Amino acid sequence: MTTTDPVAVEVDGLRMRYGADDVLRGVTFQVRRGEIVALLGPNGAGKTTTIEILEGFRARSAGRVRVLDADPAHGDERWRSRLGVVLQSWRDHGKWRVRELLAHLGSYYAPYATPASRRPWDTDSLVRAVGLTEHADKKIRTLSGGQRRRLDVAIGLVGGPELLFLDEPTAGLDPQARLEFHRLVERLTGDHRMTILLTTHDLAEAEKLADRILVLSGGRIVADGTAAELAERMAGGDEVRWTLHGRRFTTSTRESTAFVRELFREHGAAVADLEVRRASLEDTYMALVREQEAAR
Amino acid sequence: MNATVLRAGWTRGTIELRQSFTNGADLASHLLWPVLMLVALWFLRDREFGDSGLALGTLALPSILGMNIAMGMVSMSQHLTADREDGTLLRARAVPDGMRGYLVGKVVSVGGGLLADLAILMIPGLLIIDGLRPAGAGSWLTLGWVLVLGLVATLPAGAALGSLFSSTRSQGLVQLLVLGVISISGVFYPITSLPGWVQGIAQVFPVYWLGLGTRSALLPDTAVAVEIDRSWRHLETAGVLGLWAVAGLVVAPLVLRRMARRESGSSVAERRERALQRVG
Repeated sequence: MTTTDPVAVEVDGLRMRYGADDVLRGVTFQVRRGEIVALLGPNGAGKTTTIEILEGFRARSAGRVRVLDADPAHGDERWRSRLGVVLQSWRDHGKWRVRELLAHLGSYYAPYATPASRRPWDTDSLVRAVGLTEHADKKIRTLSGGQRRRLDVAIGLVGGPELLFLDEPTAGLDPQARLEFHRLVERLTGDHRMTILLTTHDLAEAEKLADRILVLSGGRIVADGTAAELAERMAGGDEVRWTLHGRRFTTSTRESTAFVRELFREHGAAVADLEVRRASLEDTYMALVREQEAAR
Repeated sequence: MNATVLRAGWTRGTIELRQSFTNGADLASHLLWPVLMLVALWFLRDREFGDSGLALGTLALPSILGMNIAMGMVSMSQHLTADREDGTLLRARAVPDGMRGYLVGKVVSVGGGLLADLAILMIPGLLIIDGLRPAGAGSWLTLGWVLVLGLVATLPAGAALGSLFSSTRSQGLVQLLVLGVISISGVFYPITSLPGWVQGIAQVFPVYWLGLGTRSALLPDTAVAVEIDRSWRHLETAGVLGLWAVAGLVVAPLVLRRMARRESGSSVAERRERALQRVG
């Protein structure tokens, strides 16, 4: 059954408590179909807990959660077949060969194929899509860290999911492997329209991969918007510096273009050393996290 | 359970079985025990037990076969704990019907490995040891039902046991317990030479009954003289193994479901941290 509900994930007032420790204190957000959303936050913010609740791997303390029109705590196998979960591999299935494992895991999805979504993904084209063709007949334990991450993604995709979860997909990868991984996700999302929810503590990664960023800090969503929207929301806005008759000036404004036009209209050629610095997402993010931590 | 799950589980089991016979370390572990056992049997082949007219080796070979069937429980339990630790189970959980397919696969690979191990021991064993009854249809039939019932009695119970432990390290405890049970189960020495209360304890566990069953299949009828009540006690054997089978089949799904519910990426990550700390 495929639905036309435009919302893939709906979370309302989600709470999670371990003993006396409140990890999530009322998380609320939505992910629409076809969106790529990053859940961004510092380590220990509750990103993994959130995503594991959505994956149906963890029970929640309170709140309403709908994932593809079902409560993940009671999702059946058909529901499961529509999800893709990219797990962090360690040394599982080390003796299996890449193609062998993908073909095997794919076979579980065959009964859930519908005319609208062919399942599973053809093994050879999947291996090609994640760039592992040369390694298809290698034992998994002989793969490098980056190659294993590609395999993890392939396993998440093998059922042709409508919704894909990625938890800290590039943790532990070197910069080169990380860049390749970003390219892979960009290519896949360009070719196959699917909804993606990923967690990361890396702002640059969130900005690069996601259509929309949710900042999770102190157990709450403290910001929600595109990278540009978040940057704009920063108190003070852009920073403008200039010198006039040998004196230095600095000001913050949301309307930097208009401000600079006004500056020239008033002082003309006397304005020197003009600098306009856009509020960076980094500044916004750091300010948000600091604010939260100060409030705790 | 539908055909896809059974087929996927079967594929999984046969792939793992093939892996365990095509990789050096696993192959060595398949051969190590049978070879040690055969060496022990060689030395026991002429030593007579009391005045029974039977060599200890003759008594021991069928008992060892029975014990090996019971070891399926240990091997199942170890596989489950290891697969849980390294995230194999979580992968299964992320796939529709994956847990069921995983379990079918485990039964195929552990059961199949066990049958292979039995053959590795039994075929040379029958050549070394004299005095085993020439295998008629009856003895194969007995061996057959003891084997099948033994697997049903021990594999689900082993799976339940394995899901109680969260690290491969704690499996050492199981090993120790099992060795204790084996030592009182009349494998290497007839159980009737042990004190009565020890015999009582041994008869709770499947090791003794599986040994009794395999002895009844392979030894001449005169060998019954060294058994409790001078009887092969087939009815009791079926009864006790049947109880273990029912208990295992009832408890295993409950315990496994509970364990699977607790599996998540972060629980695997935690165990990975712990395991790496042990190494480092």
